[in-house]
Amino acid sequence: MSVLVDDDTRVVVQGITGGEGKFHAGQMIEYGTNVVAGAVPGKGGQEVHGVPVYDTVDQAAREEDADASVVFVPPAFAADAIFEALDSPVDLAVAITEGIPTQDMARVNKRLSEVDTRLIGPNCPGIITPGEAKLGILPGNIFEAGNVGLVSRSGTLTYQVVSNLTERGIGQTTAIGIGGDPIIGTDFVDSLRLFEDDPDTDAIVMCGEIGGEDEEEAAAFIDDYVDTPVAGFIAGRTAPPGKRMGHAGAIVSGSGSGTAQSKIDALNDAGVSVGDTPEEVADHIESFL
Amino acid sequence: MKLHEYQAKQVFADAGIPTPSSTLADTVDDAVAAAEEIGYPVAIKAQVQVGGRGKAGGIKLVDDADEAREAADAILGMDLKGIHVDRVLVEEAVDFVNELYVGVTMDRGEGKPVAMVSTRGGVNIEEVAEEDPDAIVREHVDPSFGMHPYQARRAVYEAGVERDVARDVASVLQTLYTLWDDRDGADAEINPLMVTSDREVVAADAVMNIDEDALFRQPELAEMEDDAAGGDDLEAKADEYGFDYVRLEGNVGIIGNGAGLVMTTLDLVDHYGGEPANFLDIGGGAKAERVTNALDMVFSDENVDSVVFNIFGGITRGDEVARGINEALEGFDEIPKPVVVRLAGTNWEEGMEILNKDLVTVEQTLEDAVQRAVANAEEVDQ
Repeated sequence: MSVLVDDDTRVVVQGITGGEGKFHAGQMIEYGTNVVAGAVPGKGGQEVHGVPVYDTVDQAAREEDADASVVFVPPAFAADAIFEALDSPVDLAVAITEGIPTQDMARVNKRLSEVDTRLIGPNCPGIITPGEAKLGILPGNIFEAGNVGLVSRSGTLTYQVVSNLTERGIGQTTAIGIGGDPIIGTDFVDSLRLFEDDPDTDAIVMCGEIGGEDEEEAAAFIDDYVDTPVAGFIAGRTAPPGKRMGHAGAIVSGSGSGTAQSKIDALNDAGVSVGDTPEEVADHIESFL
Repeated sequence: MKLHEYQAKQVFADAGIPTPSSTLADTVDDAVAAAEEIGYPVAIKAQVQVGGRGKAGGIKLVDDADEAREAADAILGMDLKGIHVDRVLVEEAVDFVNELYVGVTMDRGEGKPVAMVSTRGGVNIEEVAEEDPDAIVREHVDPSFGMHPYQARRAVYEAGVERDVARDVASVLQTLYTLWDDRDGADAEINPLMVTSDREVVAADAVMNIDEDALFRQPELAEMEDDAAGGDDLEAKADEYGFDYVRLEGNVGIIGNGAGLVMTTLDLVDHYGGEPANFLDIGGGAKAERVTNALDMVFSDENVDSVVFNIFGGITRGDEVARGINEALEGFDEIPKPVVVRLAGTNWEEGMEILNKDLVTVEQTLEDAVQRAVANAEEVDQ
């Protein structure tokens, strides 16, 4: 079982004729994802990896009965591509693009509040249900089907923690990379709710980092709502205050919330077992199962 | 990207926000000439991007030519919190009776822009936010509509701004929001917004941070970026190479892919008793040349005693990384600092075959790699 995506998910790839879109569409197909169409304005009628390309997401979704979209569109045009997905028949959009201007995402965020479509990302590795489907750029070979749900703000940290799990034979229901940008669609709380409500997810890993207050909000939600055991990891304990560590979101304001310690404390208070290393996170998960 | 005060003031003035008249100068003579032109009293202000310039002696108020010369001479060439001052702004001193704060930023928690007003201007507004959050009135804005005039008025009256200047302050706030919106601001602030004895409002300082991701559509602002304004040489080099890089105090150099994984590597260095020398994220999909540049960066830092490479490939490929490491190291007769490499994920096996293992130490896991690098640094240190 899984959340959000499985082998029935019918996927449109926006930007399938570009370098990234083409390569990763191929990788997704190889993994077994049901990629049914591409959407690129002006490229309708072409084929990529044997998949028909349409000029609009709307056409692609109608003609091929697609219900999800993955966005591999350069930053300058990415917000428009997300708007297009939100205004089409697909009910899940996954935006991989890194570097979308924050004000564009604020407008996307406003639109999200008016539609039923779910957005994952942007600036994220995507979502994978091992053995069934991956929507995004995650390396499929490190994942294994199983009973642990994983949600993370960082792509490469996701891979690290998953490999620590898989090496011990612990598989995953679904892994969701929510992205590290200041404004994202699906967040920790949304993902935790999905895993809590999934009968096949027996334990959850949550990987956060410094900046923002999403982890603190997630901790409050876990306290209220989540009975499934959760192991956590927070990256950036050694980040100096006031310095920007890559993501625009990863800024420590100096004191109070947003620091690694405030997040770790909030999670511990909510009963989450926070590991000092990815290996320790796997230890906690092993003890839950 | 942060604009200098003189740049932000120009941008604000062009948008119609009242600012004091001012001139930029890079010599003492020019500063004095500018002061004469503007008329005393004037403020002479160091143009460097550090907080607390006033307290650190970087802003001086002067009443005549002799004082202007003395102040300009003292400020030009001084080091303010480690940054060399090579330009001053000579500015008309404002005769004020009151100081306000106005600002616009993105509220990431709400995912919406927020405009702020406070009558507690002229002080460290972050402290006010912490100690007395109600002293700052916040007005969230629907980014698809922009700020309505009533919202600016509501915030200003709510904040208790004096009635006779309230309309002008509301107008400044709305202009500031529009500017922030049009120019892809991350933050735009005026602190203080001064109320003069003539009951006019004037922006005595100006702060504008631009969203780096939006610079492609802000060519005018992108041109304002200059590296000449001091700062860390290595950080300037990182900018040139296009890396996310932060210099730290320790001696273990860290190179990895993805902010979360690199931060985790830093944390593990600390966890195993070492001290990180830097954060360096080569980003996604790095080719060999980028990897070579990354090693060049870290080797250029004389504090570094040992280096750890931690790559978990998704979009990044292990074979490309290995090729880059080889290229960087094969040019040396003697490798400057010991390098530990951990490769996982996409094409890691190909990478392991390519990697010249005479030049580096290979570890399979993150934990082992970090511990080895910490041990290497300790050895060099002894």
